[in-house]
Amino acid sequence: MTKRPSFIHFLGCIIPHRYPSIQKATEIVFEDLDMELLPMEGASCCPAPGVFGSFDRVTWASIAARNLTIAEQAKADVTTGCNGCFASLWDANHELKHDEELRQAVNEALAEVGREFKGTIEVTHYVDALYDTAGLQKIRKHVVRPMTGVRMALHPGCHWMRPKLVKQKDDSEKPHIFRELCEATSAEYVPYKDELMCCGAGGAVRTADLKVALDFTKQKFDSILAAGGADMIVTPCPFCELQLDAGQVEIQKHFGEEHTYTFDVLHVSELLALAFGHEPEEFGLATHLQYMQRKSEPNWERLGIKI
Amino acid sequence: MTSVEEKAPIDIDEVDRDFVQMIKRTGGTNIQNCYQCGTCSGSCPAGARTNYLVRGIIRKALLGLKEQCISAPELWYCTTCYTCTDRCPQDVSPTDVIKAIRNIAVAEGYMLEPHQKVAQKVLEAGHAVPLDKESWEQLRMKVGLEPKPPNASSHPEAVEEIKRIAKKTGFDKLVADKEE
Ligand code: SF4
Ligand code: SF4
Repeated sequence: MTKRPSFIHFLGCIIPHRYPSIQKATEIVFEDLDMELLPMEGASCCPAPGVFGSFDRVTWASIAARNLTIAEQAKADVTTGCNGCFASLWDANHELKHDEELRQAVNEALAEVGREFKGTIEVTHYVDALYDTAGLQKIRKHVVRPMTGVRMALHPGCHWMRPKLVKQKDDSEKPHIFRELCEATSAEYVPYKDELMCCGAGGAVRTADLKVALDFTKQKFDSILAAGGADMIVTPCPFCELQLDAGQVEIQKHFGEEHTYTFDVLHVSELLALAFGHEPEEFGLATHLQYMQRKSEPNWERLGIKI
Repeated sequence: MTSVEEKAPIDIDEVDRDFVQMIKRTGGTNIQNCYQCGTCSGSCPAGARTNYLVRGIIRKALLGLKEQCISAPELWYCTTCYTCTDRCPQDVSPTDVIKAIRNIAVAEGYMLEPHQKVAQKVLEAGHAVPLDKESWEQLRMKVGLEPKPPNASSHPEAVEEIKRIAKKTGFDKLVADKEE
């Protein structure tokens, strides 16, 4: 018997505080795949890489390193479902392992709270846990509700795979891992020109100037429509999900009522939960802010996913 | 709209010779590799819709035009998508250069108010997007989760630790409301 894979679960801010359905779906999917998720007691904001990293590098790395020490104490690799959290924790872990000066500054700050960064664990994204640890073969076996006929556009986002020479995950100009993972559900992949473009929310831009951020998002939506449209957009990041989901309501506010989009936006965990045969109610898919705010009919109901 | 006449010539008296070294120390290590090819700006989704020009900012930085760089509002339009970094033929990592310039801007008092608010939230609640309303807890219960997650939202001692770390790095002062 091989040991059950186990990860300490870094939730971040947006998943547990705004899109809890992602947390629930992830717990369901990891349980189905026999992978353990340990609670990460007392973890804070990652902190947001584009935001805090833009303010003060040492503070950013110190708060991220504090989170890493919780995992080090538990002797467990981290997994997280947010590209931003992944970038903060992975980058900090990587930089602290390679930059002696930064490590010294960070450990001085951590000494204030009785902690020390040791560099003994790895940071993964759900995508890594699903693709590398569980594997596509196992995932395919759990798909009891194939998403055949569902048109699925993808938004892989930026920080899981970029910068490509540092992260060494996938070819960021021609990625295949996230696509293969989503295609395991038998949904129909819809390629579109701006698939690899940023959603617009990152780097503190959503906070600095919402309209500029939404302009990115709008370009992506129009690009999907130009490719024949899609029922859903799947992403591995809750911040992208927020931008693409609530963004549909916000774009109408900022750019005019005529800009109506009706994409369901799912986190890859939510897509897999559906494909594994779980009902939307089991993880509260209807709590997505878009559905709550404009009370639209989710496409997945129209598609007959609700039995 | 742009013409030569409208642009002031670059005044070399304003040059800050330390600026490049500051950027290198703050994470923009490879800035001096830049040979101004423009691949970064050509790839940049922020530059496609705003006056943000990453190549131009790097050029100004290399010339030592610190004040122009750190005071430019468009500095904050970069989403840190790293597309430029993946394409730069000179391994400059323009994203890290921009983040370094932002760090210097913040240290010199150029921080947007909404950004300051987000930073303050992390020091107050441990999270940039906090569980600050009961309705968010209800949302969690609706999906079948406990009302508070096991993060800093249910661990006040974690928030205390964040505050102490920020005090040590001087970040608390950096983001504090400026007294009038
Ligand atoms: S792509 Fe690289 S070398 Fe070319 S202008 Fe941009 S930073 Fe400079
Ligand atoms: S990281 Fe910033 S500068 Fe580079 S392409 Fe993306 S938005 Fe433009």
